[in-house]
Amino acid sequence: MATRRIGKSTVRFATPPVIVSAGTVAGPMESRGPMARWFDEVVPDDMFGERTAEKAERRFMGDAVKIALRQAAIQPEQVDYFIAGDLLNQIVTASFVAEDLGAPFIGVYGACSTSVQSLTLASSLVDAGFADLALAATSSHYQTAERQFRYPIELNIQRKSTSQYTATGAGAVLVGKSGGKVRITEATPGRVIDMGVKDPNQMGPAMAPAAADTIFNHLADTGRDPAFYDVIITGDLGSVGSEILLELMQRRGVPLGSNYADGGVMLFKGVRGTGVGGSGCACSALIMEGFVWKKMCNSEIKSALIVATGALLSSLTWQQGESVPCIANAIALQL
Amino acid sequence: MAEPGAKRHKSDDRAKYQKLASSIVPRPPLARNLAVAFVVGGLICTVGQAVMNAFIASGMTGDEAVGPTLATMILAGVVLTGLSIYHHVGEFAGAGAAVPITGFANTIAAAAMDFKREGYILGMGAKMFVIAGPVLVYGILSGVTVALIKWLSRG
Repeated sequence: MATRRIGKSTVRFATPPVIVSAGTVAGPMESRGPMARWFDEVVPDDMFGERTAEKAERRFMGDAVKIALRQAAIQPEQVDYFIAGDLLNQIVTASFVAEDLGAPFIGVYGACSTSVQSLTLASSLVDAGFADLALAATSSHYQTAERQFRYPIELNIQRKSTSQYTATGAGAVLVGKSGGKVRITEATPGRVIDMGVKDPNQMGPAMAPAAADTIFNHLADTGRDPAFYDVIITGDLGSVGSEILLELMQRRGVPLGSNYADGGVMLFKGVRGTGVGGSGCACSALIMEGFVWKKMCNSEIKSALIVATGALLSSLTWQQGESVPCIANAIALQL
Repeated sequence: MAEPGAKRHKSDDRAKYQKLASSIVPRPPLARNLAVAFVVGGLICTVGQAVMNAFIASGMTGDEAVGPTLATMILAGVVLTGLSIYHHVGEFAGAGAAVPITGFANTIAAAAMDFKREGYILGMGAKMFVIAGPVLVYGILSGVTVALIKWLSRG
């Protein structure tokens, strides 16, 4: 009998691990949005002075890791496990950063839900006594993601009415048994849901049912209602996807109130040329580890449910006409 | 668990969801897109015509002026792509920027710039026509087909 499991799919940590520190690094577009002041480092050049965008992305993740460690005055040797992932083939950003860091590495992939997926694993390792300190990190980069999933950067393509803009940046979060104010209390890994959306320009509509499923399961498992949380934030549904989510939750009889927001919308509110909002691993990571964590440290937010959404497609599957399997991973943070 | 290969979500559930989603997804501004594409595409073609007139004025015949005109427009498309300007035109004008030959030049230059980091052989050389390739393949195929029909149907 699993002692830390409640309901259908939720983990309730026996001794909730805490966020010891977090580091966020954001690119130029992100720094133009309303979230800019919550980031530890803002890089005006998205190439980070590097020759390739892939190298630049590594610098973003590497800096986020360094900031998280420096804030907690922790040396890399003290990190028991480094759990990280990104959007590139074979999660190379995470692997290269892991080589620099030197800690034992567990590479993970959950597309844009990797932020919560890696934090869930880190928390589980700490809670179960496998680690004293686990570091979770994730990154995304507009240019590398475009190259990976879409078209060359300079190609003349018109944005669709549902297109989103991949966030450039990274977040790293250090999880430990003590030494922090924000506790990680529950986690609800999501199921893979595919409602048949085939258009890779419609990530929000593709992911909304997965977000609805995970939020519904999390609330049912914990016996909570949406008002329990000060904020419920989805990772990167964008304005269209979050409108669909609200409708889906309404139809399931669990309407979300004004405490609901979407990270993709928050990140790029008022920033021109970003479509219906941000996306990418960095989107949810920057919101969770920048805005939410810092506001919780100031006691302005006392409880948060972060629901990072991910579209688990590859450029191969959509070219072959397959629909987009999606996931949403939820994690509950409380003071 | 569903049978391997069978989807957990029934097709009518999916159809119902897609109906809901498409009722919320904003429609593309078709009238705006058509108008802008027409105007910008027309402007690019007007520039092309002006270039051609200039070649003719310099003493070429109409037929002779076609080649240099196309080359000039391709060069313009490539330079504007290299200066990171052409993709803004594409973002604004859609098909108006993509259809003229400047758009074709953009697809090649954009791919060349993007894949240069993977080297001149396996990167730029191999991937330069990754977007333009289909245009060439099917352009040549339809050219050959039409020529064949014309040849077969000659008296």
